[in-house]
Amino acid sequence: MVTAALSEADLRQRAWDVASRVVDPEIPVLTIADLGVLRDVTLRDGQVEVAITPTYSGCPAMNMIALEIELALEREGFRKPKIRTVLSPAWTTDWMSEDGRRKLREYGIAPPPIGASSRRALFGVQAVACPQCGSEQTELLSEFGSTSCKALWRCKSCREPFDYFKCH
Amino acid sequence: MAAASINISETPLVLYALRRADDALILGHRLSEWCGHAPALEEDMALANIALDLLGQARSLYSYAAEVEGKGNDEDKFAYLRDVRQYRNLLLAEQLNGDFARTLARQFFYSAFADLYWRAMMQSRNPTLAAIAAKSEKESAYHLRHSSEWIIRLGDGTDESHRRAQAAIDDLWAFTGEMFEVDEVERGLIDAAIAVDPAMLKAKWLKTVTGVVAEATLALPKSDWMQLGGRHGRHSEHLGHLLSELQSMQRTFPGATW
Repeated sequence: MVTAALSEADLRQRAWDVASRVVDPEIPVLTIADLGVLRDVTLRDGQVEVAITPTYSGCPAMNMIALEIELALEREGFRKPKIRTVLSPAWTTDWMSEDGRRKLREYGIAPPPIGASSRRALFGVQAVACPQCGSEQTELLSEFGSTSCKALWRCKSCREPFDYFKCH
Repeated sequence: MAAASINISETPLVLYALRRADDALILGHRLSEWCGHAPALEEDMALANIALDLLGQARSLYSYAAEVEGKGNDEDKFAYLRDVRQYRNLLLAEQLNGDFARTLARQFFYSAFADLYWRAMMQSRNPTLAAIAAKSEKESAYHLRHSSEWIIRLGDGTDESHRRAQAAIDDLWAFTGEMFEVDEVERGLIDAAIAVDPAMLKAKWLKTVTGVVAEATLALPKSDWMQLGGRHGRHSEHLGHLLSELQSMQRTFPGATW
Protein backbone atom coordinates (compact mmCIF):
# COMPACT_ATOMS: atom_id res chain seq x y z
CA MET A 1 0.00 0.00 0.00
CA VAL A 2 1.05 3.55 -0.66
CA THR A 3 1.52 5.44 2.54
CA ALA A 4 1.80 9.15 3.14
CA ALA A 5 5.14 8.55 4.86
CA LEU A 6 6.87 7.95 1.53
CA SER A 7 8.46 10.94 -0.13
CA GLU A 8 7.58 11.96 -3.67
CA ALA A 9 10.88 10.56 -4.94
CA ASP A 10 10.35 7.25 -3.13
CA LEU A 11 6.85 6.94 -4.56
CA ARG A 12 8.09 7.62 -8.06
CA GLN A 13 10.83 5.02 -7.62
CA ARG A 14 8.27 2.47 -6.36
CA ALA A 15 6.01 3.17 -9.33
CA TRP A 16 9.00 2.75 -11.67
CA ASP A 17 9.92 -0.56 -9.99
CA VAL A 18 6.36 -1.85 -10.37
CA ALA A 19 6.05 -0.76 -14.01
CA SER A 20 9.50 -2.02 -14.92
CA ARG A 21 8.59 -5.58 -13.88
CA VAL A 22 5.83 -5.83 -16.52
CA VAL A 23 6.86 -8.28 -19.24
CA ASP A 24 6.34 -8.28 -23.00
CA PRO A 25 3.41 -10.68 -23.57
CA GLU A 26 5.06 -12.08 -26.71
CA ILE A 27 8.57 -12.42 -25.25
CA PRO A 28 7.79 -13.09 -21.58
CA VAL A 29 11.46 -13.29 -20.55
CA LEU A 30 11.90 -9.59 -21.27
CA THR A 31 10.54 -6.81 -19.09
CA ILE A 32 9.52 -3.53 -20.69
CA ALA A 33 12.55 -1.99 -18.97
CA ASP A 34 14.85 -4.56 -20.66
CA LEU A 35 13.27 -3.69 -24.00
CA GLY A 36 13.55 0.06 -23.56
CA VAL A 37 9.78 0.38 -24.04
CA LEU A 38 9.39 1.96 -20.60
CA ARG A 39 10.49 5.57 -21.07
CA ASP A 40 9.44 7.57 -18.04
CA VAL A 41 7.43 7.50 -14.82
CA THR A 42 6.22 10.78 -13.36
CA LEU A 43 4.11 11.69 -10.38
CA ARG A 44 1.66 14.57 -10.43
CA ASP A 45 -0.61 15.30 -7.44
CA GLY A 46 -0.26 11.70 -6.37
CA GLN A 47 -1.23 10.34 -9.79
CA VAL A 48 1.28 8.22 -11.67
CA GLU A 49 1.86 8.73 -15.36
CA VAL A 50 3.85 6.14 -17.28
CA ALA A 51 5.30 6.89 -20.70
CA ILE A 52 5.89 3.97 -23.05
CA THR A 53 7.08 3.88 -26.65
CA PRO A 54 6.09 1.32 -29.29
CA THR A 55 8.73 -0.91 -30.86
CA TYR A 56 6.93 -1.05 -34.23
CA SER A 57 4.01 1.22 -35.22
CA GLY A 58 1.55 -1.62 -35.33
CA CYS A 59 2.86 -3.74 -32.46
CA PRO A 60 -0.31 -5.29 -30.98
CA ALA A 61 1.49 -5.99 -27.69
CA MET A 62 1.37 -2.29 -26.83
CA ASN A 63 -2.29 -2.34 -25.77
CA MET A 64 -1.62 -5.40 -23.63
CA ILE A 65 1.46 -3.82 -22.08
CA ALA A 66 -0.46 -0.62 -21.23
CA LEU A 67 -3.19 -2.68 -19.55
CA GLU A 68 -0.64 -4.77 -17.61
CA ILE A 69 1.09 -1.63 -16.31
CA GLU A 70 -2.22 -0.18 -15.19
CA LEU A 71 -3.17 -3.38 -13.37
CA ALA A 72 0.24 -3.77 -11.75
CA LEU A 73 0.15 -0.21 -10.43
CA GLU A 74 -3.43 -0.54 -9.18
CA ARG A 75 -2.46 -3.72 -7.34
CA GLU A 76 0.29 -1.77 -5.55
CA GLY A 77 -2.12 0.93 -4.48
CA PHE A 78 -1.53 3.55 -7.14
CA ARG A 79 -4.96 4.90 -8.05
CA LYS A 80 -5.96 5.48 -11.68
CA PRO A 81 -2.53 5.48 -13.27
CA LYS A 82 -2.25 7.09 -16.69
CA ILE A 83 -0.40 5.51 -19.60
CA ARG A 84 0.95 7.80 -22.28
CA THR A 85 2.41 6.68 -25.60
CA VAL A 86 5.37 8.67 -26.84
CA LEU A 87 6.67 8.34 -30.40
CA SER A 88 9.74 10.53 -30.22
CA PRO A 89 12.55 9.71 -30.11
CA ALA A 90 11.74 6.57 -32.08
CA TRP A 91 12.52 3.30 -30.34
CA THR A 92 15.67 1.51 -31.38
CA THR A 93 17.09 -1.89 -30.49
CA ASP A 94 20.05 -0.01 -29.01
CA TRP A 95 17.87 0.68 -25.99
CA MET A 96 17.67 -3.00 -25.15
CA SER A 97 19.69 -3.70 -22.02
CA GLU A 98 22.71 -6.05 -21.95
CA ASP A 99 20.75 -8.18 -19.49
CA GLY A 100 17.86 -8.23 -21.95
CA ARG A 101 20.11 -9.44 -24.76
CA ARG A 102 21.43 -12.28 -22.60
CA LYS A 103 17.90 -13.29 -21.58
CA LEU A 104 16.79 -13.26 -25.23
CA ARG A 105 19.66 -15.55 -26.24
CA GLU A 106 18.91 -17.96 -23.39
CA TYR A 107 15.26 -17.96 -24.49
CA GLY A 108 16.30 -19.05 -27.99
CA ILE A 109 16.04 -15.71 -29.82
CA ALA A 110 19.15 -14.20 -31.41
CA PRO A 111 19.49 -10.63 -30.05
CA PRO A 112 20.06 -7.61 -32.32
CA PRO A 113 23.64 -6.30 -32.67
CA ILE A 114 24.55 -3.35 -30.45
CA GLY A 115 25.20 0.18 -31.66
CA ALA A 116 24.03 -0.55 -35.15
CA SER A 117 20.56 0.89 -35.40
CA SER A 118 21.15 2.40 -38.80
CA ARG A 119 19.59 1.57 -42.13
CA ARG A 120 22.72 -0.31 -43.04
CA ALA A 121 22.43 -2.51 -39.98
CA LEU A 122 18.78 -3.20 -40.70
CA PHE A 123 19.75 -4.54 -44.09
CA GLY A 124 23.38 -5.48 -43.83
CA VAL A 125 23.40 -8.14 -41.15
CA GLN A 126 26.57 -10.11 -41.79
CA ALA A 127 26.37 -12.94 -39.30
CA VAL A 128 23.72 -13.88 -36.81
CA ALA A 129 24.93 -16.39 -34.23
CA CYS A 130 22.64 -19.33 -33.53
CA PRO A 131 21.21 -18.92 -30.01
CA GLN A 132 21.22 -22.72 -29.57
CA CYS A 133 24.78 -23.72 -30.53
CA GLY A 134 26.53 -20.38 -31.13
CA SER A 135 27.50 -21.22 -34.71
CA GLU A 136 27.64 -18.34 -37.18
CA GLN A 137 26.85 -20.67 -40.08
CA THR A 138 23.27 -19.44 -40.30
CA GLU A 139 20.89 -18.36 -43.05
CA LEU A 140 17.81 -16.18 -43.40
CA LEU A 141 14.59 -18.08 -44.04
CA SER A 142 12.12 -15.20 -43.96
CA GLU A 143 12.52 -11.47 -43.39
CA PHE A 144 9.25 -11.48 -41.51
CA GLY A 145 8.73 -13.71 -38.50
CA SER A 146 6.23 -14.55 -35.82
CA THR A 147 6.00 -10.92 -34.64
CA SER A 148 6.82 -7.54 -36.22
CA CYS A 149 10.16 -7.36 -34.45
CA LYS A 150 11.52 -10.72 -35.58
CA ALA A 151 12.86 -12.46 -38.67
CA LEU A 152 13.13 -16.22 -39.15
CA TRP A 153 16.59 -17.79 -39.45
CA ARG A 154 18.06 -21.29 -39.55
CA CYS A 155 21.30 -22.67 -38.22
CA LYS A 156 23.27 -24.70 -40.77
CA SER A 157 25.34 -26.36 -38.02
CA CYS A 158 22.68 -27.65 -35.63
CA ARG A 159 19.84 -27.39 -38.21
CA GLU A 160 17.56 -25.61 -35.72
CA PRO A 161 15.36 -22.77 -36.97
CA PHE A 162 15.34 -19.71 -34.70
CA ASP A 163 13.93 -16.21 -34.34
CA TYR A 164 16.23 -13.22 -34.79
CA PHE A 165 15.25 -9.94 -33.12
CA LYS A 166 15.68 -7.50 -36.03
CA CYS A 167 18.00 -4.57 -35.61
CA HIS A 168 15.81 -1.50 -35.77
CA MET B 1 -30.16 1.51 -36.72
CA ALA B 2 -26.96 1.63 -38.72
CA ALA B 3 -24.36 4.11 -37.53
CA ALA B 4 -24.30 7.39 -39.47
CA SER B 5 -21.14 8.90 -40.94
CA ILE B 6 -19.31 11.60 -39.01
CA ASN B 7 -18.66 15.17 -40.10
CA ILE B 8 -15.10 16.39 -40.31
CA SER B 9 -13.67 19.89 -40.06
CA GLU B 10 -11.20 19.64 -42.89
CA THR B 11 -8.53 22.15 -42.08
CA PRO B 12 -5.38 21.67 -44.20
CA LEU B 13 -3.47 19.87 -41.44
CA VAL B 14 -6.39 17.55 -40.59
CA LEU B 15 -6.86 16.72 -44.25
CA TYR B 16 -3.13 16.19 -44.74
CA ALA B 17 -2.93 13.69 -41.89
CA LEU B 18 -6.14 11.94 -42.99
CA ARG B 19 -4.87 11.48 -46.54
CA ARG B 20 -1.71 9.69 -45.35
CA ALA B 21 -3.62 7.73 -42.72
CA ASP B 22 -6.10 6.58 -45.38
CA ASP B 23 -3.26 5.42 -47.65
CA ALA B 24 -1.87 3.26 -44.86
CA LEU B 25 -5.22 1.90 -43.66
CA ILE B 26 -6.56 0.99 -47.10
CA LEU B 27 -3.33 -0.55 -48.35
CA GLY B 28 -2.93 -2.40 -45.05
CA HIS B 29 -6.46 -3.73 -45.31
CA ARG B 30 -5.83 -4.93 -48.85
CA LEU B 31 -2.72 -6.79 -47.70
CA SER B 32 -4.59 -8.35 -44.80
CA GLU B 33 -6.95 -9.95 -47.35
CA TRP B 34 -4.05 -12.28 -48.21
CA CYS B 35 -3.95 -13.65 -44.67
CA GLY B 36 -4.32 -17.41 -44.99
CA HIS B 37 -4.19 -17.26 -48.82
CA ALA B 38 -0.61 -16.30 -49.69
CA PRO B 39 1.40 -18.73 -51.87
CA ALA B 40 3.76 -19.67 -49.01
CA LEU B 41 3.67 -19.45 -45.24
CA GLU B 42 6.61 -17.01 -45.19
CA GLU B 43 4.74 -14.69 -47.54
CA ASP B 44 1.55 -14.99 -45.54
CA MET B 45 3.52 -13.75 -42.53
CA ALA B 46 5.32 -11.08 -44.54
CA LEU B 47 2.14 -9.56 -45.96
CA ALA B 48 0.39 -9.69 -42.59
CA ASN B 49 3.40 -8.05 -40.96
CA ILE B 50 3.49 -5.25 -43.53
CA ALA B 51 -0.27 -4.80 -43.09
CA LEU B 52 0.26 -4.49 -39.34
CA ASP B 53 2.96 -1.84 -39.76
CA LEU B 54 0.66 0.14 -42.05
CA LEU B 55 -2.23 -0.19 -39.62
CA GLY B 56 0.01 1.15 -36.87
CA GLN B 57 1.04 4.11 -39.01
CA ALA B 58 -2.62 4.79 -39.81
CA ARG B 59 -3.55 4.74 -36.12
CA SER B 60 -0.88 7.30 -35.21
CA LEU B 61 -1.95 9.59 -38.07
CA TYR B 62 -5.69 9.28 -37.31
CA SER B 63 -5.07 10.00 -33.63
CA TYR B 64 -3.11 13.08 -34.57
CA ALA B 65 -5.81 14.24 -37.01
CA ALA B 66 -8.38 13.84 -34.21
CA GLU B 67 -6.22 15.82 -31.81
CA VAL B 68 -5.75 18.66 -34.31
CA GLU B 69 -9.43 18.70 -35.24
CA GLY B 70 -10.52 18.69 -31.58
CA LYS B 71 -14.13 17.77 -32.32
CA GLY B 72 -14.34 14.55 -30.34
CA ASN B 73 -13.56 12.27 -33.27
CA ASP B 74 -10.99 9.53 -32.77
CA GLU B 75 -9.06 6.94 -34.78
CA ASP B 76 -11.96 4.47 -34.77
CA LYS B 77 -14.52 7.03 -35.93
CA PHE B 78 -12.24 8.11 -38.77
CA ALA B 79 -11.76 4.50 -39.88
CA TYR B 80 -15.25 3.15 -39.37
CA LEU B 81 -17.62 6.06 -39.81
CA ARG B 82 -16.64 7.77 -43.03
CA ASP B 83 -18.15 7.12 -46.46
CA VAL B 84 -16.27 6.50 -49.68
CA ARG B 85 -16.28 10.18 -50.64
CA GLN B 86 -14.78 11.13 -47.28
CA TYR B 87 -11.81 8.80 -47.81
CA ARG B 88 -8.78 10.56 -49.33
CA ASN B 89 -6.39 7.70 -50.02
CA LEU B 90 -4.40 7.21 -53.20
CA LEU B 91 -6.26 5.22 -55.84
CA LEU B 92 -3.23 2.94 -55.94
CA ALA B 93 -3.88 1.76 -52.38
CA GLU B 94 -7.43 0.58 -53.05
CA GLN B 95 -6.67 -1.39 -56.23
CA LEU B 96 -7.61 -5.06 -56.04
CA ASN B 97 -5.01 -7.59 -54.93
CA GLY B 98 -5.32 -9.55 -58.17
CA ASP B 99 -2.57 -12.15 -58.34
CA PHE B 100 0.57 -12.14 -56.21
CA ALA B 101 2.52 -10.14 -58.82
CA ARG B 102 -0.11 -7.42 -58.84
CA THR B 103 -0.13 -7.14 -55.05
CA LEU B 104 3.65 -6.90 -54.99
CA ALA B 105 3.80 -4.36 -57.84
CA ARG B 106 1.30 -2.17 -55.97
CA GLN B 107 3.37 -2.53 -52.81
CA PHE B 108 6.60 -1.82 -54.67
CA PHE B 109 5.34 1.44 -56.23
CA TYR B 110 3.98 2.60 -52.87
CA SER B 111 6.92 1.51 -50.69
CA ALA B 112 9.45 3.08 -53.05
CA PHE B 113 7.60 6.34 -52.44
CA ALA B 114 6.88 5.85 -48.71
CA ASP B 115 10.53 5.10 -48.03
CA LEU B 116 11.61 8.47 -49.47
CA TYR B 117 8.58 10.33 -48.15
CA TRP B 118 8.90 9.32 -44.50
CA ARG B 119 12.66 9.86 -44.49
CA ALA B 120 12.10 13.41 -45.78
CA MET B 121 9.23 13.98 -43.33
CA MET B 122 11.57 13.38 -40.38
CA GLN B 123 12.65 16.98 -41.02
CA SER B 124 9.08 18.32 -40.76
CA ARG B 125 8.62 21.36 -38.54
CA ASN B 126 5.61 19.60 -37.09
CA PRO B 127 7.01 17.49 -34.21
CA THR B 128 4.23 14.86 -34.25
CA LEU B 129 4.49 14.25 -37.99
CA ALA B 130 8.27 14.11 -37.66
CA ALA B 131 7.95 11.53 -34.87
CA ILE B 132 5.53 9.39 -36.88
CA ALA B 133 7.92 9.67 -39.83
CA ALA B 134 10.87 8.46 -37.76
CA LYS B 135 8.98 5.27 -36.88
CA SER B 136 7.54 4.73 -40.35
CA GLU B 137 10.81 5.31 -42.18
CA LYS B 138 12.52 2.14 -41.00
CA GLU B 139 9.38 0.08 -41.57
CA SER B 140 8.94 1.42 -45.11
CA ALA B 141 12.57 0.69 -45.97
CA TYR B 142 12.07 -2.93 -44.94
CA HIS B 143 8.85 -3.15 -46.97
CA LEU B 144 10.62 -1.75 -50.02
CA ARG B 145 13.34 -4.36 -49.84
CA HIS B 146 10.76 -7.14 -49.63
CA SER B 147 8.72 -5.99 -52.64
CA SER B 148 11.83 -5.10 -54.70
CA GLU B 149 13.18 -8.62 -54.29
CA TRP B 150 9.87 -10.06 -55.38
CA ILE B 151 9.61 -7.84 -58.47
CA ILE B 152 13.07 -9.03 -59.51
CA ARG B 153 12.29 -12.66 -58.77
CA LEU B 154 8.97 -12.59 -60.63
CA GLY B 155 10.18 -10.52 -63.59
CA ASP B 156 13.37 -12.51 -64.03
CA GLY B 157 11.63 -15.81 -63.28
CA THR B 158 9.55 -18.02 -65.56
CA ASP B 159 7.76 -16.85 -68.70
CA GLU B 160 4.50 -16.95 -66.78
CA SER B 161 5.75 -14.96 -63.76
CA HIS B 162 7.37 -12.44 -66.13
CA ARG B 163 4.13 -12.03 -68.07
CA ARG B 164 2.13 -11.49 -64.88
CA ALA B 165 4.63 -9.05 -63.37
CA GLN B 166 4.70 -7.00 -66.59
CA ALA B 167 0.89 -6.95 -66.77
CA ALA B 168 0.73 -5.76 -63.14
CA ILE B 169 3.18 -2.93 -63.78
CA ASP B 170 1.34 -1.89 -66.95
CA ASP B 171 -2.04 -1.86 -65.20
CA LEU B 172 -0.93 0.01 -62.06
CA TRP B 173 1.37 2.57 -63.67
CA ALA B 174 -1.37 5.16 -64.23
CA PHE B 175 -2.04 5.26 -60.47
CA THR B 176 1.52 6.27 -59.52
CA GLY B 177 1.28 9.92 -60.57
CA GLU B 178 -1.12 10.70 -57.74
CA MET B 179 1.67 10.23 -55.19
CA PHE B 180 3.33 13.38 -56.55
CA GLU B 181 0.20 15.51 -56.82
CA VAL B 182 0.16 18.79 -54.87
CA ASP B 183 -3.01 20.83 -54.44
CA GLU B 184 -3.73 24.17 -52.74
CA VAL B 185 -4.39 22.46 -49.42
CA GLU B 186 -0.90 21.03 -49.31
CA ARG B 187 0.95 23.92 -50.91
CA GLY B 188 0.57 26.01 -47.76
CA LEU B 189 1.87 23.19 -45.57
CA ILE B 190 4.83 22.70 -47.90
CA ASP B 191 5.65 26.41 -47.74
CA ALA B 192 5.53 26.21 -43.94
CA ALA B 193 7.98 23.24 -44.00
CA ILE B 194 5.36 21.06 -42.29
CA ALA B 195 4.99 18.87 -45.38
CA VAL B 196 7.57 17.83 -47.95
CA ASP B 197 7.08 18.67 -51.60
CA PRO B 198 6.63 15.27 -53.27
CA ALA B 199 7.94 16.74 -56.54
CA MET B 200 11.35 16.79 -54.84
CA LEU B 201 11.15 13.02 -54.40
CA LYS B 202 10.10 12.11 -57.90
CA ALA B 203 13.55 11.80 -59.51
CA LYS B 204 14.78 9.50 -56.72
CA TRP B 205 11.59 7.45 -56.83
CA LEU B 206 11.93 7.00 -60.58
CA LYS B 207 15.57 5.98 -60.18
CA THR B 208 14.68 3.27 -57.64
CA VAL B 209 11.75 2.02 -59.68
CA THR B 210 13.65 2.05 -62.98
CA GLY B 211 16.59 0.22 -61.44
CA VAL B 212 14.53 -2.60 -59.95
CA VAL B 213 12.31 -2.95 -63.01
CA ALA B 214 15.38 -3.16 -65.28
CA GLU B 215 16.99 -5.79 -63.06
CA ALA B 216 13.73 -7.71 -63.24
CA THR B 217 13.99 -7.64 -67.07
CA LEU B 218 10.68 -5.76 -67.09
CA ALA B 219 9.82 -2.40 -68.65
CA LEU B 220 7.95 0.67 -67.44
CA PRO B 221 5.07 1.85 -69.65
CA LYS B 222 5.81 4.79 -71.93
CA SER B 223 2.53 6.53 -71.14
CA ASP B 224 2.65 9.43 -68.74
CA TRP B 225 -1.11 9.89 -68.46
CA MET B 226 -2.05 9.60 -64.80
CA GLN B 227 -5.39 8.97 -63.10
CA LEU B 228 -6.09 11.34 -60.19
CA GLY B 229 -9.06 11.70 -57.85
CA GLY B 230 -8.45 9.78 -54.63
CA ARG B 231 -7.09 12.77 -52.73
CA HIS B 232 -10.40 14.55 -53.41
CA GLY B 233 -12.68 11.65 -52.59
CA ARG B 234 -13.26 10.42 -56.15
CA HIS B 235 -12.58 6.72 -55.98
CA SER B 236 -12.79 3.57 -58.06
CA GLU B 237 -15.70 1.22 -57.37
CA HIS B 238 -13.35 -1.02 -55.35
CA LEU B 239 -13.17 1.24 -52.30
CA GLY B 240 -16.88 0.98 -51.48
CA HIS B 241 -16.69 -2.80 -51.40
CA LEU B 242 -13.58 -2.69 -49.24
CA LEU B 243 -15.22 -0.29 -46.76
CA SER B 244 -18.40 -2.35 -46.56
CA GLU B 245 -16.29 -5.18 -45.18
CA LEU B 246 -13.98 -3.03 -43.05
CA GLN B 247 -16.87 -1.08 -41.48
CA SER B 248 -19.66 -3.66 -41.29
CA MET B 249 -19.38 -4.35 -37.55
CA GLN B 250 -19.36 -0.72 -36.43
CA ARG B 251 -22.04 0.29 -38.92
CA THR B 252 -24.33 -2.54 -37.82
CA PHE B 253 -23.60 -2.44 -34.10
CA PRO B 254 -22.59 1.18 -33.40
CA GLY B 255 -20.00 1.47 -30.64
CA ALA B 256 -19.60 -2.30 -30.29
CA THR B 257 -16.52 -3.32 -28.30
CA TRP B 258 -15.00 -6.58 -27.13
